[in-house]
Amino acid sequence: MRALTGTALLARLVLRRDRIRLAIWVLGTPLLGYALAGSVAGIYPDQAARQGYATTSASSLVARAFNGPIAGTDLGAVVVAETYVTLALIVALLSTFAVTRHTRQNEETGRAELLGASVVGRYAPLTAALLVIVAANVLAAGLLALALVGAGLPPAGSLAAAAAIGGVGVAFTAIAAVTAQLSVTSRGANALAAAAVGLSFVLRAAGDVLGEQSADGTRVQSAWPSWISPLGWGNQVRAFGGERWWVLALPVALLLAGVALAYALAERRDLGAGLIAPRRGPASGAPQLLSPAGLAWRMQRGTLLGWAVGVAVLGFSMGIAGDEFNAMIDQNPAAAEAINAMGGGANLLDAYLAAMLGLFALTIGAYVVQALLRVRGDETDGVLEAALATAVSRTRWLGTQVLAAALGAVALLLLAGVTTGLGYGLVTDDPLGQAVELGGAALLRLPALLVVAGVVTTLFGLLPRWSVVLSWTALLVFLLLGQLGAVLKLPQAALNVSPYTHVPSVPAVDPAALPLVVLTAVAAALLAAGVAGFRRRDVPS
Amino acid sequence: MPVISIGNLVKTFGAIRALDGLDLRVEQGEVHGFLGPNGSGKSTTIRILLGLLHRDSGDARVLDADPWRDAVRLHRRLAYVPGDVNLWPNLTGGEAIDLLGKLRGGLDRRRRDELLQRFDLDPTRRCRTYSKGNRQKVAIVAAFASTVELYVLDEPTSGLDPLMEAVFQDEVRRVKQAGATVLLSSHVLAEVEALCDRVSIIREGRTVESGTLAELRHLTRTAVTVETARPVTGLDTLPGVHDVHEVDGRTHLEVDPAHLDALLGQLIRFGVRALTSTPPTLEQLFLRHYGDDPTAGASAPAASDAGAPQAGAR
Repeated sequence: MRALTGTALLARLVLRRDRIRLAIWVLGTPLLGYALAGSVAGIYPDQAARQGYATTSASSLVARAFNGPIAGTDLGAVVVAETYVTLALIVALLSTFAVTRHTRQNEETGRAELLGASVVGRYAPLTAALLVIVAANVLAAGLLALALVGAGLPPAGSLAAAAAIGGVGVAFTAIAAVTAQLSVTSRGANALAAAAVGLSFVLRAAGDVLGEQSADGTRVQSAWPSWISPLGWGNQVRAFGGERWWVLALPVALLLAGVALAYALAERRDLGAGLIAPRRGPASGAPQLLSPAGLAWRMQRGTLLGWAVGVAVLGFSMGIAGDEFNAMIDQNPAAAEAINAMGGGANLLDAYLAAMLGLFALTIGAYVVQALLRVRGDETDGVLEAALATAVSRTRWLGTQVLAAALGAVALLLLAGVTTGLGYGLVTDDPLGQAVELGGAALLRLPALLVVAGVVTTLFGLLPRWSVVLSWTALLVFLLLGQLGAVLKLPQAALNVSPYTHVPSVPAVDPAALPLVVLTAVAAALLAAGVAGFRRRDVPS
Repeated sequence: MPVISIGNLVKTFGAIRALDGLDLRVEQGEVHGFLGPNGSGKSTTIRILLGLLHRDSGDARVLDADPWRDAVRLHRRLAYVPGDVNLWPNLTGGEAIDLLGKLRGGLDRRRRDELLQRFDLDPTRRCRTYSKGNRQKVAIVAAFASTVELYVLDEPTSGLDPLMEAVFQDEVRRVKQAGATVLLSSHVLAEVEALCDRVSIIREGRTVESGTLAELRHLTRTAVTVETARPVTGLDTLPGVHDVHEVDGRTHLEVDPAHLDALLGQLIRFGVRALTSTPPTLEQLFLRHYGDDPTAGASAPAASDAGAPQAGAR
């Protein structure tokens, strides 16, 4: 097989380049699974609680759409319902990005050319990438199975659940192998594969919503759309609910088909070329583009639009689910208790809505981090150098980026609040009133997001080389403090580290001005420190 | 008043001393070649001149302003082509040119369109699909479409084909004629020879030579081959004569330009039948300075006699 010459060597290169990413992936997924299984077990400790959960999950269309079809009242089935979609999406995106990174991105940057000119077969780079990524998926699934057993779940179900998630990773590895052949750019390849993930999610959600509830009311039989979605396959394995092992053959079959197709495409195309030609664009810059602000908008608008769609769909669904939440509270006091710990306050429904808005604020924090870190990306790419060599001051450049990220955060927060309000208002016959009220409540979270922006800016100004890692770490810490702080009974001093801790949990509690003013002042100080640091330091550094 | 004046400039990155007492003087209206081996500190110097990097010590003035403190004001008066051109991947070439021009304070639309045509650049393609040469063309067009006093060009033609190289040289001559000053970092010796009024050669963060090409040539020995009626003697005692050896009745030697006259006076006494004298090529000049041994860059002792060239810090 001369076409595969050098595969082993290239696989070692992939391992070397991604040793940290792969380690986080392979060890992180099981750890996350272990933690989630433990917390779910705490919330639904007995058969009665799980019976209630399963009945609600099987009858609620929103729960079916977001959590998939529940497979019974076993603790494992509840764990799968609560965690499967999250873990599967993470694994799907990790696999996708990893494939693109080691195939199309190498061609885009010219590294593949350098390798291709050495003693390396035509299929070797793709094969090496797929070998490592499939192996990572298999290894992560194996550890996840052990972790689930360690969390006290039965071995057969644990293995099935872990294999189902590993199968999703393998399936999207195959899909990404094909999209990497289609698009000329790694961004395009990732976008195509991410669109496939989104489509799978929608198909699965549709199939599960259209499915039938079983006679005892604790199971769902998915309709056909779930069967054409790689994300749906994992549910159809029915871990902890009478496992159907043969379903695991589907991702393996897709892998073989995907690899064959990718090889065939790779055989027919030139190095660096794709099947989708890049579009042409305007020959000159429109006036609204030609300023730092115009450029920032142009760079952000695609990402912002994607976020807006996601936030709107999620907000609307969460709002509609508010009504079903009422029913769930009656059946499961323990779950209500957990929501209450997150949202706070006396009225459980308000607590639910506040908890949802809090979750949105945390999630939109990721948008802020991502948007602001573009400046760092520009710096490492060398684009920032070209920009700062023009008559634009560093303060104006960085300030524009911060402003753009902040405005994006305002828009997304408002959208989250309004769509949640609309959804909830529709089922309670007050769409407009709820939209206004929750829209306002959502905007009260802005100061926390400004602090996030401040943290990123400070890191960019003072510790540029560490800014990417530390910014995401900071957000992750805020997220963990917010989600697990109360459950783990951490001391208040630790919780106070997160700006989200200080935002009044409206509508569960009354708004208060002082914390918001203090947060805004902290954000302003952080932003000033970041800008001052940026003005003083070398570019690029 | 020089357009660029740098004195004893020092810049360190951690333990690495990128610039170690560099001197550079660029006069108004000249095209100044900025030469040196890879990693000798050319790009670092240029980034300090643009106020992107902070100098550790020494003086740096550009257009009679401080490049760090007055960066924004200065940048309106200069245009820059980076050595490694990177652009916003999702903008088209045309958009990138207009953006850079606008951020610099506006560009000449007519010239922009003319340059696009001369450089044969398709402005509707996305920057991510451009080759290295085409990305460079974007930066070159954006720079030359601006009317400024100073052009800072960091290896601008390293990815261009010979045809485009010629267009580039035309453009440099055009802006020079208009009175602008150009700092041109380059490895293309033909380009340097064709364009530069003066050059500075740097090595390991220091200036090793500076002057016109003619002056620099003076620093290098001329190779002489002579055929005489009688065997030549007495060359060993002549000052400035080196490497004398005889092959097939011909004498080969090297001589410092300042002592050429004395050498000819001596040779003529032995009945010269044939004589060739080869001035040093630019390549030889550079190879001397780029070579492994830093001391090889030091010119022959006679250099100081020649007077004109001002040799930089050794």
